[in-house]
Amino acid sequence: MAQDTTRQGVHIGLNYQPGTKPGVLVLPIAGAGGDSAHTIIQRDLDFADAMNVITGIDQGIGDAAVNFPLVEKLGAAAVVQASLTPASLHIIVYDVAKKRVLATRDFAIPATPGNADWRMVVHDASDWVQQAITGSRGIAATRIAFIRDGQIYITDTDGADTRPVTQKGGGPLSPQWHPTGRYLTYSFFAPRGTQIAVLDLTTGGARALSATPTGLNSTPAFSPDGNSIVYTHGDEDGTDLYLVPAFSSDPARRITVGHGTDNTQPTFSPDGRRLAFTSGRSGHPEVYIVNIDGTEPDLLTPFQFGDDIYRASPNWSPDGRLVAFESRVNGRFQIETIALRDRTVRQLTSDGINEDPKWAPDSRHLVFTSNRTGVRQLFILDSESGRTRQLTLGGPARLSAWSRSLGSP
Amino acid sequence: MSRRSRVASLLILAGAVVVACAKSPAPAPAPAPAAAPAVDSTRIRDSLANAKRMADSASAERERQAAAVAAARSSLVAKVFFDYDKADITDQGKAILDAKVPVLSTNPGIRIRVEGNCDRRGSDEYNLALGQRRAAAAKRYLTDHGIDAARIDIISYGAERPVAEGDGEDAYSQNRRDEFAIVAGGDNLKVAAQ
Repeated sequence: MAQDTTRQGVHIGLNYQPGTKPGVLVLPIAGAGGDSAHTIIQRDLDFADAMNVITGIDQGIGDAAVNFPLVEKLGAAAVVQASLTPASLHIIVYDVAKKRVLATRDFAIPATPGNADWRMVVHDASDWVQQAITGSRGIAATRIAFIRDGQIYITDTDGADTRPVTQKGGGPLSPQWHPTGRYLTYSFFAPRGTQIAVLDLTTGGARALSATPTGLNSTPAFSPDGNSIVYTHGDEDGTDLYLVPAFSSDPARRITVGHGTDNTQPTFSPDGRRLAFTSGRSGHPEVYIVNIDGTEPDLLTPFQFGDDIYRASPNWSPDGRLVAFESRVNGRFQIETIALRDRTVRQLTSDGINEDPKWAPDSRHLVFTSNRTGVRQLFILDSESGRTRQLTLGGPARLSAWSRSLGSP
Repeated sequence: MSRRSRVASLLILAGAVVVACAKSPAPAPAPAPAAAPAVDSTRIRDSLANAKRMADSASAERERQAAAVAAARSSLVAKVFFDYDKADITDQGKAILDAKVPVLSTNPGIRIRVEGNCDRRGSDEYNLALGQRRAAAAKRYLTDHGIDAARIDIISYGAERPVAEGDGEDAYSQNRRDEFAIVAGGDNLKVAAQ
C-alpha cells in the first residue's frame, strides 16, 4: 500500500481544494458492535478536525457498490465502508472523484465489542482512514494521562475508559509517557523529598529511580528514543536539569547551570538533541532552550527588559516547529505557541485560566487544563481552527500528557 | 579514646562499683518510736501554710517552665511567609527565624524539616521548584546562624498543600510559606537560660 512507503513530508492522499476540509461519509457497519464502531469512527474523524464528516444519511448510498454520483452530490470526497467479523475489522476507503478504491486494510480486533482493547482497534482504524484520505495520521489511538485527586489517571481521547493507574497516596505529579505508551514517569512525595518513578502500565509495577533519593526531583520527561529521562533536581541551591538512563541505575548527569535559580519542566525536541525548559534566571519564569549537553542556553520566549510576564510549562511539538507554553496575559494564564523558525507568538485561548499545554502526535491538537467551566478540567484544542472540546468530567483534572500513537503504523 | 584505654576505664568503673557495694552499711535497726510531740496548733498552721506556699511556688515554677517550653515549641514551628514569586526572607521572616535559633542551639537533639509552599497561581510544576528555594532559604538562614545543616531537612510541597482555600490575596499570602516540622528530639524540650 502507498501509505506504508510514505516518506516524511511527501503528501499521499486525496487531492482536494487547499484550505477546505474533504467531506467523508462513513457507511453503516454491519455485524456485532457495528453501530458502536460506526459511531466511534465518525466521532474520531470529526475530532481530528481534518475532514468534514457527513452524517444523517444512511439510506440509498450503496452497500456492495457505492453510489458515487449520489455521494458526490452530498459533498463526500471519500467514502468509508467497513465490515466486522468476530476477529477482524475490514475497511475500504473509496476515492469518490476517481470512483475507485483508495485503500483497504484488515484490523485484527478482539471478539468483545465495546471493551477498551476493541475500542482502541477501532480508533486505530480511524487514524488509518484519516491517513489514507488526508496523508496525515489521526490521533484517536492515543491516551492522555493526568492527575486527579492525588492519583494518575489515563483516558482515551474520546473520554472513554477513564481510570486510575496508581494507588492513593504519595501525591504523584507530572506524568509523562514513554514513546511506546507502555511506561509513565512521574514524581511523587517521599518523607525526605520528591522522587521520580517509572510505572509499567503492562504489569502495574512502579520503580523509583535510584538517582533521586533526596531533595526535589520533579517534572521528568522521557527522551524521544525512550532510553533516558531528563528531570529537575534541586537541594539547597536552586534547581537544574539532569539526564539519567531510564532503565538502569546509572548516576545522573547535570545539564543546566542555573546558579541558584529555578530550572524545570524540560521538554525534548523531536530529534532528542535539545530541550526547552522553564527558568527563573532572568528574575521571573521564561522559556529557554539548551542543547542536551548543556551548551548554548538561549532565551526562547520574547522577554524584554522590564517585562514581568510569567511564561512556563513549555511543550515541544512532535514536528519540531512550535513550542506551546502558558503565559500570563492580563493577570490570567493563557496558552500560546512560539515558532522556532521566526519566533512568532500566537495566543490560542482567552476563556478562563488555561495552563499546561501538551501536543498531540499530530502537532496540531493540544490538551490543556482550564477552569473555564468552574473546577479545572482537561480540554482539547485544534490549534488551526480554534475548535475546543472538554475531555474530562467529574473531579478536578490537571497536569496532562498526550501519548504517541498506540496504533499499528 | 583507644580500645585499650576504654577497656581500662571500664575495669576501673567496675572496681569502683564493687568497692561501693562492699562499703554499703548493714541496714540500721528500726529506731525507737519518738515521743509524741506536744500539740501546738499554731505551729501546725504555720507548717501547713509553709507547705502550701512551697507547693504553690513549685507549681508556679512548673507552670512557668511549661509556658516557656510551649513558647519555645511555638517559635520553633512558627511559619515564615514570602512575597509573590519570591524566595527571599523578609525582615518579618528574619525575626521569626531568629527566635528559632536559641531553641535549636539549646536542644541539639532536635531535627526539623522545613516545608516550602506556594500559592496556587502559576504553574504547579514551577511552584515545586519555587517552594524548594523557599525551604532552602530558611535552612540557609539557620545554618548561617550556627545551626548544623545536618539537622535540617527541606522539602517542597509547591502549591499542593494550601492552608487557605480559594482565591484572593488573603488566601494567597497564607499559602506562600515555610512550615517547620519537628522530626526528632521534640520531647523534653529544654529552654534556653535567661
